[in-house]
Amino acid sequence: MSLKRKILELQMKREKVLQGGGEKAIEKQVAMGKMTARERIITLLDENSFHEYDLFVEHEARDFGMDGKVLHGDGVITGTGTIYGAPICIYAQDFTVAGGSLGLMHARKITKIMDHAMKMRVPIIGINDSGGARIQEGVNSLAGYGEIFYRNTMASGVIPQISVILGPCAGGAVYSPALTDFVFVVENISKMFITGPEVIKTVLGEEISMEDLGGARVHSEITGNAHFYAESEIECFDQVKKLITYIPWNNGQKARPFEAKEPLYSKYKIDEIVPGNPKEPYDVCDVIRAITDGSEFFEIMELWARNIVIGFGRINGETVGFVANQPMYLAGVLDVDSSDKAARFIRYCDAFQIPIVTLVDLPGYLPGVDQEHAGVIRHGAKLLYAYSEANVPKITIILRKAYGGGYIAMNSRHLNADYVFAWPGAEIAVMGPEGAANIIFRKEITEAKDPEKMRKQKVKEYKEKFANPYVAAAKGYVDSVIEPKETRKFLLHGLEVSKNKVDRKPIKKHGIPPF
Amino acid sequence: MATKDKKNEIIAAPVIEEDESKVRFHTITIDGDKYRTLFTESYKRRKNWEKPNEKKIFSEIPGTIIKIHVTEGQEVNEGDLMIVIEAMKMKNKLIFPIGGVVKKIYISENEKIPKRHLMLELE
Repeated sequence: MSLKRKILELQMKREKVLQGGGEKAIEKQVAMGKMTARERIITLLDENSFHEYDLFVEHEARDFGMDGKVLHGDGVITGTGTIYGAPICIYAQDFTVAGGSLGLMHARKITKIMDHAMKMRVPIIGINDSGGARIQEGVNSLAGYGEIFYRNTMASGVIPQISVILGPCAGGAVYSPALTDFVFVVENISKMFITGPEVIKTVLGEEISMEDLGGARVHSEITGNAHFYAESEIECFDQVKKLITYIPWNNGQKARPFEAKEPLYSKYKIDEIVPGNPKEPYDVCDVIRAITDGSEFFEIMELWARNIVIGFGRINGETVGFVANQPMYLAGVLDVDSSDKAARFIRYCDAFQIPIVTLVDLPGYLPGVDQEHAGVIRHGAKLLYAYSEANVPKITIILRKAYGGGYIAMNSRHLNADYVFAWPGAEIAVMGPEGAANIIFRKEITEAKDPEKMRKQKVKEYKEKFANPYVAAAKGYVDSVIEPKETRKFLLHGLEVSKNKVDRKPIKKHGIPPF
Repeated sequence: MATKDKKNEIIAAPVIEEDESKVRFHTITIDGDKYRTLFTESYKRRKNWEKPNEKKIFSEIPGTIIKIHVTEGQEVNEGDLMIVIEAMKMKNKLIFPIGGVVKKIYISENEKIPKRHLMLELE
């Protein structure tokens, strides 16, 4: 056979595999409003950057009529490519091939590309669209999942791991995304659950639709399993691309710097965002935008635990992770979910050399039996742990209220913050004026002729004396009381000075965080 | 963004991307101070805690009622056999956690019940 014919043969072989599960299956996929696996990869990556490997991998299953069955690529596409020039490894499960079910070789292709990502120290992106384990392959299929989970764990904190859920991802399979750093979901397309609606109905007698049980909205709003919610696959890919610009390729380097830009000062007037009355709400994202380059802020978990805001922005061209109480929701309190949300993000930033800027305005913890019984003690402890443990540059700005345990938890000096700044309207105190006055002056109030009048007077006295940043500044707990418009300047300088920060932790195998 | 009201005090205007007419601010009290704010989805769905009433006996697992061993008005002691429920492929004997008189039976034999379903009530 001449080389020319051999090349022709290769082309034909390729052609065949590239058809995936065939026309009919592709039609079905499209009818569900989904792109095919290969279309997804090509849309997500830079033009012509995708290089596919293991195209000719075949399964070895012999039982249950699998012998002789051809599954192109064994239902998963793997390869490398770039996103805005950043090298990445990627795999996409192909639902058109045996429902994207995971068999031994399917899993091997995934673990191989994961190993490659680890060796090359580049991010790994997994696009999940699979009916689950390939039952015909029995325990081999379970082995495959386990080997993926093990690699997810080993890669955690070394290379960024991104999961894009574009179809069903159920049962054990869903634990791979759960172990990765960021999970993306799309309305009407993503379905994640451990036990599906059918099982729940037969075993528990509870009827629920797939969408209500584990749809995109549920995981973005209720469970906190997803980090990014999109209404279409295209929007989802834009989010993934944007995220890639903010994070480093691995834990040994910094995120790529961008050209420094000033915030849009005319749009975000930092002096006018935060109301003087500490009981009035506002959107803390506006404060973040008043500080960041180009007033850009890339929020993460926008819809879940909205009482705390996390996300990336840039200051002087460099990526910074923001954590901010959100007075717009639940007055910005800390609770089970918001502590969990912020703690994991802080650990992410710490693992990938991203400085953390914390904006504080909270009245304390959310009261309630549900919170206590849900374990707000151990969940809240996660936040203390994450801040204390992090040794990337940590800067705190107290915008307004910083009461009680909430003050300590929000990266206070006492948890080893590098800089703590407070705006002049800051109220740093053991609790809010009402509560404090009621306790401290209980006797005076109850014994007064007009208790209500006395109470009001005592609240006022307390406010004047303690509801300010100067008591904390007098002890050096606050480094500087600054004007709002000086915030960016102080941050820029603080980050500049922190560039060679050394903060060694005691030698240990690992800590035991409260999770 | 903030605007100024008549008292020249800065108040917050709702800075929400959704339809402003739909935005309803609530009040939340922390340590005696009342804050104006929006609620999150999970906060809205939170369940109010109720003191468990030991006289109301709920199912702890979902399943099918195989046999009911008592009748309404019957006096029972702690530890007496109450019902047999088939759940998770097992026939489970349930006994009375406390003694008393059976006031009402809310289930019938062969009925499929979910978890946390009220089965019996004692007087």
